[in-house]
Amino acid sequence: MTAPATPGPAAAPTAASQRRSLRSRAEEALLPPLVALLLAVVVGDVLILAFGQSPGAVYRLLLEGTWANAYGFGQVLYKATTLVFTGLAFALGVRAGLFNIGAESQLAAGGFVAALLGLALPAGLPSLLALPLFVAAAALGGGAVGAVPGFLKARFGAHEVITTIMLNFVVLALLAYFVSSYLHVPETLHTEEIKTGGLPRLADVIPSFHGSAANSTILLAVAASVLVWWYLFRTRPGFELRAVGLQPEAAEYGGVRVGAVWWRAMAISGALAGVGGLNYVLGYKHYYEEGFAAGSGFLGIAVALVGRSHPGGIIIAALLFATLSQGGLAVNALVPKQMVEVLQAVVILAVATSVPEVERLLRGMRRRADRGGELAGGQSGPAVAATERRPAGGVV
Amino acid sequence: MIELAFVWQVFRIVIPYLFAAAGGVMSERAGLIALTLEGYMLSGAFCAAIASYYSGSPWAGVAAGAVGGTLFALLYATGSVRFRANQVVIGIAINLLAVGLTRFLLRLAFDSSSNSPRVPGFMVAESGAGFGALIRNPLVWAGLLAIPAVAWLLYRTPFGLRVRSVGEHPEAATSVGVSVARVRYAAAALSGALAGLGGAYLALDQHQFTDGMTAGRGFIALAATIFGRWDPMRVGLACLLFAAAETFQIRLQGAQVIPSQFVEMIPYVLTIVALAGVVGRAAPPAALGKVAE
Repeated sequence: MTAPATPGPAAAPTAASQRRSLRSRAEEALLPPLVALLLAVVVGDVLILAFGQSPGAVYRLLLEGTWANAYGFGQVLYKATTLVFTGLAFALGVRAGLFNIGAESQLAAGGFVAALLGLALPAGLPSLLALPLFVAAAALGGGAVGAVPGFLKARFGAHEVITTIMLNFVVLALLAYFVSSYLHVPETLHTEEIKTGGLPRLADVIPSFHGSAANSTILLAVAASVLVWWYLFRTRPGFELRAVGLQPEAAEYGGVRVGAVWWRAMAISGALAGVGGLNYVLGYKHYYEEGFAAGSGFLGIAVALVGRSHPGGIIIAALLFATLSQGGLAVNALVPKQMVEVLQAVVILAVATSVPEVERLLRGMRRRADRGGELAGGQSGPAVAATERRPAGGVV
Repeated sequence: MIELAFVWQVFRIVIPYLFAAAGGVMSERAGLIALTLEGYMLSGAFCAAIASYYSGSPWAGVAAGAVGGTLFALLYATGSVRFRANQVVIGIAINLLAVGLTRFLLRLAFDSSSNSPRVPGFMVAESGAGFGALIRNPLVWAGLLAIPAVAWLLYRTPFGLRVRSVGEHPEAATSVGVSVARVRYAAAALSGALAGLGGAYLALDQHQFTDGMTAGRGFIALAATIFGRWDPMRVGLACLLFAAAETFQIRLQGAQVIPSQFVEMIPYVLTIVALAGVVGRAAPPAALGKVAE
């Protein structure tokens, strides 16, 4: 049932042009994040100096508090785990030409449904048996929330950006109602503790991670990344999804049911975000708590953007944003941790604005290079045709 | 049975919605998605509090509020017009930036992570929240005028015609010599100033800035913009409806007739219903969110 992954270039490219297109694709992918990091450092310097501290000392503290000790690194891994899920969720939507801004509530709904299941399951159930049930429950919770805007778009043409934003408020209010009216432990905003199916912490295997929240959900995150890559680039439905993302009219003409693809993509996207809820509910606290998503859903957009909507890039970008989040806590003694919120926003702004610029620049350079090659009598391959097209939904 | 106190409270709540939604209409009619209203409001509230605190005059706060919103709006317009970046992504970054920057500056200016000290506002403390206090607050009058002003601008001036043409068909606008970029910058700046005034109203009304004090009001204003189908007068009515629902919920608190969360949902559910076209079709400006070549 697998179809060829990428529509092959029109003609067989020469080795030289293939090498060149690979290089320009690497440049296209790496330049914007580099520009963004540079800009973030500059803005960071300004903020740090405004607080009367030395940038060098703050950045050193940021790195020491994250990658240089096991606890900090564990926290980075924990935060990155959730971000991988929400990043994948947004990226899968983008590949279908859809903007799922609802990961925040899909994440919460996934965690909530998983917690409901956990409270209902008998305490003695073996973890290995419970885990698939939990994954299914979380995927169902997030997927259901994602499917609604997908359906509304396919059936009524309602724009998914607005419906997902609005649904965020509706779903979070609904969950708050259930928790505060029926499920909470008095004086708290969380449910009773889940007695079954807790995921082992990384500290159980590597003792130096002791105290950090990193847990085996990270394996699920890696598995999800591989699965999404396989689905997008190695299966027929994934190919259809990308075709719809690139050019819905052409896909429709080619026999793809665009509405069904939208619907499916939003459901899968929501399910991915939902499974991310396990990181907190099953891996860390063992209960559902109101507001646990805490912006991870929105940061997923940034992660997908910097990771260029590719599962591999998303893992790296998730580590970057998790490092910033955790680093904020590490430097809080010198400068307010809110500094990293500003830097995260700067990174998003810089990447989002420089991606179209870099693409245009490289395209111009390539065109000049090709013209030069033809003049020299060399046979230049279809370098432009071989470059990957971005989804029509916009440059992300 | 409507008590007068209920009416005054609706007015007090609706003013920031009217400001922000007027900005929302302006922005969306020019083709710029108004996801950023929340950020404009937050920035406006913060700048208003700072200026009012240091100058001792609420009028300085009003001016600073408008400037604070405008600066963020110009950043948004630069990203989406000059750099042709995706409006949704940029918009979310602008909101994150507003949250982060106001928190950081709150720490920097007042060494607090939650709120500013008390700042001068328009109301005299003992007048309370009733009618007397309302009519003595110039921002209330400005807020009531915001929607009619935007309606007049959009439908009765050459600028408004350009805004609408840029939002519906930028290529056609370009072909008759209208600069899409310039119109979008202007509409964005106006939208930022209006939403910033809404934020200034909040800060001056509560006599302080508190972290995240806009609390989703920018998104309610966006909901009103869409639920009112991008038409200023309908949008104003939508704001009134949402504010009445909110007042109702505040009044009912403790009575437990309807859980407060369900009342909170009303604007968002109505907007989704409107977008799905269950009661009439809500068609956005044709070029909304699109990059103009």
